[in-house]
Amino acid sequence: MSSLILLPSYAEATAEYDPVIGLETHVELGTRTKMFCGCTTVFGAEPNTQVCPVCLGLPGALPVANVAAIEATIRIGLALNCSIASWCRFARKNYFYPDMPKNFQTSQYDEPLCGEGYLDVNVDGRTVRIDIERVHLEEDTGKSLHVGGATGRIHGATESLVDYNRAGIPLVEIVTKPVTGTGALAPEIARAYVTELREVIRSLGVSDVRMEQGSMRCDVNTSLNRPGDEWGTRSETKNVNSLRSVERAVRSEIIRQAGVLDAGGRIVQETRHFHEDTGESTPGRSKETATDYRYFPEPDLVPMAPDPEWVAALKAALPELPRVRRQRLQESWGLSDHDMESVLNAGAVELIEETIASGASSDGARKWWMGELSRRANESGVELTDLAITPAQVGELQSLIDDGKLNDKLARQVIDGVLNGEGGPADVAKARGLEVVSDTGALQAAVDEAIAANPAVAEKIRAGTHAAAGVLIGAVMKTTKGQADAKTVRELIIQRLS
Amino acid sequence: MSAISRDEVAHLAHLARLDVTDDELDRFASQLDVILQSVNRIGEVTAEDIPPTSHAVPLTNVYRADEPVPSLRREDVLAGAPDTDSDRFRVPRILGEEE
Amino acid sequence: MTDITSLTAAEIAASIKDGTVTAEAVTRAFLARIDELEPTIHAFLHIDAEGALATAREVDAARAAGETLGSLAGVPIAIKDIVVTKGMPTTAASKMLENWVPPYDATITERIRAARMPILGKTNLDEFAMGSSTEYSAFGPTRNPWDTARIPGGSGGGSAAAVAARMAPLAIGTDTGGSIRQPGAVTGTVGAKPTYGGTSRYGLVAFSSSLDTPGPVARTMLDAALLHEIIAGHDPRDSTSIPQAVPPVVAAVEQGLTGDLSGLRLGLVTEFEVGEGAEPGVIAAYRDGVETLAKLGADIVEVSCPHFQYALPAYYLIAPSECSSNLARFDGVRYGLRVGDNGERSLEEVMASTREAGFGAEVKRRIILGTYALSSGYVDEYYGQAQKVRTLITRDFEAAFGRVDALISPTTPFVAFEFGARTGDPYLMYLADLYTIPSNLYGGPAVSVPVGLSDGLPAGLQVMAPTMRDDVAYRVAAALESTQTPLLADQAPDPAKGA
Repeated sequence: MSSLILLPSYAEATAEYDPVIGLETHVELGTRTKMFCGCTTVFGAEPNTQVCPVCLGLPGALPVANVAAIEATIRIGLALNCSIASWCRFARKNYFYPDMPKNFQTSQYDEPLCGEGYLDVNVDGRTVRIDIERVHLEEDTGKSLHVGGATGRIHGATESLVDYNRAGIPLVEIVTKPVTGTGALAPEIARAYVTELREVIRSLGVSDVRMEQGSMRCDVNTSLNRPGDEWGTRSETKNVNSLRSVERAVRSEIIRQAGVLDAGGRIVQETRHFHEDTGESTPGRSKETATDYRYFPEPDLVPMAPDPEWVAALKAALPELPRVRRQRLQESWGLSDHDMESVLNAGAVELIEETIASGASSDGARKWWMGELSRRANESGVELTDLAITPAQVGELQSLIDDGKLNDKLARQVIDGVLNGEGGPADVAKARGLEVVSDTGALQAAVDEAIAANPAVAEKIRAGTHAAAGVLIGAVMKTTKGQADAKTVRELIIQRLS
Repeated sequence: MSAISRDEVAHLAHLARLDVTDDELDRFASQLDVILQSVNRIGEVTAEDIPPTSHAVPLTNVYRADEPVPSLRREDVLAGAPDTDSDRFRVPRILGEEE
Repeated sequence: MTDITSLTAAEIAASIKDGTVTAEAVTRAFLARIDELEPTIHAFLHIDAEGALATAREVDAARAAGETLGSLAGVPIAIKDIVVTKGMPTTAASKMLENWVPPYDATITERIRAARMPILGKTNLDEFAMGSSTEYSAFGPTRNPWDTARIPGGSGGGSAAAVAARMAPLAIGTDTGGSIRQPGAVTGTVGAKPTYGGTSRYGLVAFSSSLDTPGPVARTMLDAALLHEIIAGHDPRDSTSIPQAVPPVVAAVEQGLTGDLSGLRLGLVTEFEVGEGAEPGVIAAYRDGVETLAKLGADIVEVSCPHFQYALPAYYLIAPSECSSNLARFDGVRYGLRVGDNGERSLEEVMASTREAGFGAEVKRRIILGTYALSSGYVDEYYGQAQKVRTLITRDFEAAFGRVDALISPTTPFVAFEFGARTGDPYLMYLADLYTIPSNLYGGPAVSVPVGLSDGLPAGLQVMAPTMRDDVAYRVAAALESTQTPLLADQAPDPAKGA
């Protein structure tokens, strides 16, 4: 049926409808042990080796809450300007799913650890305040391998194999209030929010917030309404596993819903699954028969009543938050708001900072990350941080240039080698023979050869028309296969013809 | 009027993942009816301003330190399982959605 | 020594310490008694003769090596089969867990092992501790040693019957709505429900988490107190465990056994005197008991607890609600039964078939009731209201304990009934817990002690005390016991003559 709908363009969709978005972000905390037991949380361990009676849900086992997870949640709440509950409880969320050992999730319901707050993000030169509804603490589920289907997905699988290593890892859920008034910027704002949230959580050191490993996961709620009308029915897109996907998921959902509405259809409240490969989502469970979770206070865990003095101490000890830090860096790097925003959007702040720390100039560091390396990340559809080059290596590259050992063109070839796993910049330059020819003897010979081959041009230069040197420089670069420093060549030519 | 219908019992049994028989549906519906008629008396108590009691102990903030404790040996983890494969718990195909 | 099994646990412990008897001989005596009576009584779901004897021999070796033995070292014990025992089957009397062998020990199991008490085996119960007669065990009912045509109470009928029939000197029970005390009352044994949080729930297959309390089953108050002090005390693995010193129950029993209760004020719950369906014989035995307590010097007053009448309804909303969630984990994925996995059917279908086949009718009834009480649209009216009533009942207790040291009532409205008498009407069965439930909702300790016979069958008197004042309940019960013991000793159960 959906194939019969002619999709509008994004511009058409947002000209006609106002989007309302909401984001639910799950962050796995980087505690040493799980939320309610002492099992370790190392990523990638052999299946079912990090489980015990508690996280396996064995009959009789009881949970005891990990104080480090509670502290981390409160710190996240404080960094997001949230109120911290003076008294709250865990609750059981009851539903059957094989990933969930007890067939209820220990979570929080109407008494979250952190109440309302906000996060300011910069988009398109303006500051947008995203209101936070709540931040609460819960436990993660195990993971299923779906066997027998074509794609490893649940549909078409003939059986599933469950590993409970992840079950019980502390999970913080951060829920925004509905974000309105974004217009066509909704996708960018969604991305900027998740980016900023990731930065904040990373700065707190409570999670590695790696979307590709699932330690940060995003569900995106989207609805459309005609200007002035009430909010529309929302869909919830799950499985959004990268910053880029956050933006794409909102954009594609706006276009999809606009198409349905344009055709006179009705949006169904449903869960949709985003597919990284196609950039589209497919419908999942319809919420029209919403699951009845039968929440009730977890009787096995006593209430939490964070001591106000503890909370005050945690607040006082918060690190410099990314927004403040960015202002400081922007000033020290001497960037315009626009340039700084590009750096942020590219997720390049730390990369540049670390590159500078390894000795590069701020201009040099920014030039590589925002130019060549961003282009390559885009081409490969990955984040900058996923490129196989470290800030220290970029710093090394820049110092080779500063020392005149590489020019920009050669440096790009060196990057090829580094990304290809051939070693660090100096190693690659050496192995590939990419160093600038600085041997003046060899260059002099090439210059003389070029003069001899172009007597008319040489005459012009002799007569004082130095601009004509370009032709000779080109010839020299050709014979040296680009490995000469153009400035040095020019000096040699003029010296010879004066 | 009965407090709980046969259909309602069927819905609850589904929520609770119980594949109850028709006979059970009839029997449970009438038995739950009797039980509910009896427990309905608690509605007589005016308790608007009364805080609910979820825990019988006056404790708060009971936590453990973030210190690892050895996990079970995997053979013990899997020993009680009805079916395993590749060191994991094998289950039949899942109809529901990934959460 | 004529018959080891007729000794109390305290006497056995003393005999082992002074070398009159070896722990191995003691364990063999009880194993022989089990061999003799188990076919009639069916108190056990699993018997571990080898394990028990091994522990007994360790005790004997320790004594030979000159080690100081613990208070109950070498005294055998039976454990209700809802308490997890590493390497020993734990079924909760359910088909769901018929072949499950836990890979870990409950905290109280650990403490029993550390006390070097030989574990004779696991005792029968109503499936997942839901019932008052042990008739809901998936593996057949236990019979009351006083009359094998009658129920031994429930859910801990196996533990109570084993102790009453001298198949074990001591046993562990768990009490959610009366499952230690009511079987104690109807088998003429002592059953003590400690303060909630006073004994660890870690390793108890959960029925209703906010109510479940493990405790001792014994023939005497002293034996119960000795066991209480072994199993009680703070456990960091149970978040609801109270981090305070164990009330001195052994000393309290010793004090109570002097027969002097002067200075104590005891309250009779007015509302219970007119309770539903209490048998005249039970009430008469109870009144005799109250008279005795007065003679021992206690000051007796009447106390009104107006919300106790709502305890039963509140309990039958809270307990099923929690059980519907606690029992969700039995789904045939990680352990236990799996039914209907033919390679074609979906997980959802297999789960539903497994749970349908694995749970008995009473368990299913309560799961459905609890699912209803928690479901959207009903949660405020049922579960929420029940929790408010729980607050009011707690306030009734607190107000009462502002005036009296302990509350007194019959343990149960009726003596052991015949098999099948109440299974047809679940609510009739629920009435067995009428007097025991308030303490569970409040969390305070309550002890049932034999108080004579009604028509030749035992009746129990319940003493309820403030939270963490288990010592008060033990003292009062021990004082009463000091006047009752000869009576019970003369009528020691002899199942060979039963029915």
